[in-house]
Amino acid sequence: MNDKNTTVSPAIPDMLTVAHAPHVRHKDSTTRIMLDVVIALIPTLAWGTCVFGLRAFLVCLVCCVSCVGFEALAQWLMHRPITVLDLSALVTGLLLGLNLPSTAPWWMAVVGSAFAIVVVKQIFGGLGHNVFNPALAARVFLCLAWPAQMTFYTAPYDRLAFSAVDAVASATPLASLKHAAFPEASLVDMLLGRCGGTIGEVSALLLLVGGIYLLIRKVITWHIPVSFIGTVAVLTFIFPQTGGRLDFMLYEILAGGLMIGAFFMATDYVTSPVTSRGRLLFGFGCGALVVFIRYFGGYPEGVSFAILIMNSLVWYIERVTRPRVFGEVKKKHGK
Amino acid sequence: MTFKSIAKQFKDGIIDNNPVLIQLLGMCPTLATTTSVSNAIGMGLAATAVLICSNVLISLLRKFIPKQVRIAAFIVIISGFVTAVELLIKAFFFELYGSLGLFIPLIVVNCIILARAEAFASKNPVLPSAIDGLSMGLGFTFALVLIATVREILGNGTFLGFSLFGENYSPAIIFILPAGAFLTLGFIVAAVQALKNRADDKNNARAAAEEILAHEAEKTKEQDK
Repeated sequence: MNDKNTTVSPAIPDMLTVAHAPHVRHKDSTTRIMLDVVIALIPTLAWGTCVFGLRAFLVCLVCCVSCVGFEALAQWLMHRPITVLDLSALVTGLLLGLNLPSTAPWWMAVVGSAFAIVVVKQIFGGLGHNVFNPALAARVFLCLAWPAQMTFYTAPYDRLAFSAVDAVASATPLASLKHAAFPEASLVDMLLGRCGGTIGEVSALLLLVGGIYLLIRKVITWHIPVSFIGTVAVLTFIFPQTGGRLDFMLYEILAGGLMIGAFFMATDYVTSPVTSRGRLLFGFGCGALVVFIRYFGGYPEGVSFAILIMNSLVWYIERVTRPRVFGEVKKKHGK
Repeated sequence: MTFKSIAKQFKDGIIDNNPVLIQLLGMCPTLATTTSVSNAIGMGLAATAVLICSNVLISLLRKFIPKQVRIAAFIVIISGFVTAVELLIKAFFFELYGSLGLFIPLIVVNCIILARAEAFASKNPVLPSAIDGLSMGLGFTFALVLIATVREILGNGTFLGFSLFGENYSPAIIFILPAGAFLTLGFIVAAVQALKNRADDKNNARAAAEEILAHEAEKTKEQDK
């Protein structure tokens, strides 16, 4: 009742409120949405810890704590209201942690968090103003800065203790696919997450469960994940690099960061289009770029690059797909 | 030409009107050759030498070059000096020649040199033009060394080739890559702008305060009358 829009006129009894639209409000807040994303990621985090050991959990924890810390620090330094309680920094930290290998040293997690929050998010104006997804931009920054450490993946069930770093490197399924050979892991292994990779990308099934939870909670819409994964599926089915079409397609879909990218990174509110048609176009662009980079690029994985490239085109996609105002007559071209 | 005007020209070229950090000219060599401090010094001094020579010659010929073809004439003069500098570097600093490579001939199209020819040397006598070339060249070198210092320390863990942090330091290779050049340049330009804004605010505040004081002094004078 103490809304700014409310005007109380002496002629109207106290029990009636006069206010502008909107009159019906939903309980959803940034905090609640971010909490839903965290809940959807918990199974993935649990699986990552189970497969790669407690060190994986520690890496995620360092990312989360330092992201929240840097958010508070940056906002304090820039004289902005401190909004760490909206959990958006926590989500960035969790996503960044899940995008690191379990062998990542702690200082790399801290540097990545600082880059994500300070450079990509706060310098561009904070939540709602960043052009690029902070967690993904930080992942790409770390990949370019320390390529050796960022691609040092351990074998599944090679559980690391807190401080152990003398792990045995193992090839990820994508690295095998890059050389046009099927990986050692079977399709079922890859669906369940019994293969090498970053902490959060291995289990396609649990990421799917998290994604479906977000869909049910209406935190995300189906457009981006479906068009993203669909495009990858169609392209890899039409142009297989090796073996049977169907097998190759399924491997490409289950391998690497496609699931976590399609459900959790590409659907970031701030860095994806708001229109439905725009979202379909965005997902299509991401999918096409992923296949393009995986086939012809220097890196085995292209999900992060693809999403970042499409992030930079969101303003254009939104302008092209702006819906017609109700009642407006479609303009005739030519003349 | 007084000593004061020369000092002002130097301050203008190196700080107030720095070709890279304030005018944002010559971005291509700035981004491409700042992977190490020695490259930056080499590039900066080569450009400075060309800048001084071309400024002097253009200033000498300023009344002789027809206005309609002046850009073409400037480019011919500049490329002549660049060729000379390139041959000198090849003869005496072959290692530097190898690492700078294509970017030495590209000094011809460095917009700082053309901008100084057009904006200064073609309108001023020889001595001020030579000093302008030196100060702008030093400003360019200063900016390159600043960027290269950050990039070399972060991206390679060294300064002028000397290891700084020992063997356990794993450098962030991104700062040697092109992406790191853009990041570093962006942050340095932002810092320079912040410092400039702060200095401007201070000067404005001082000017305003002086005005108020002068105003009040006048008032009291009037009252005395």
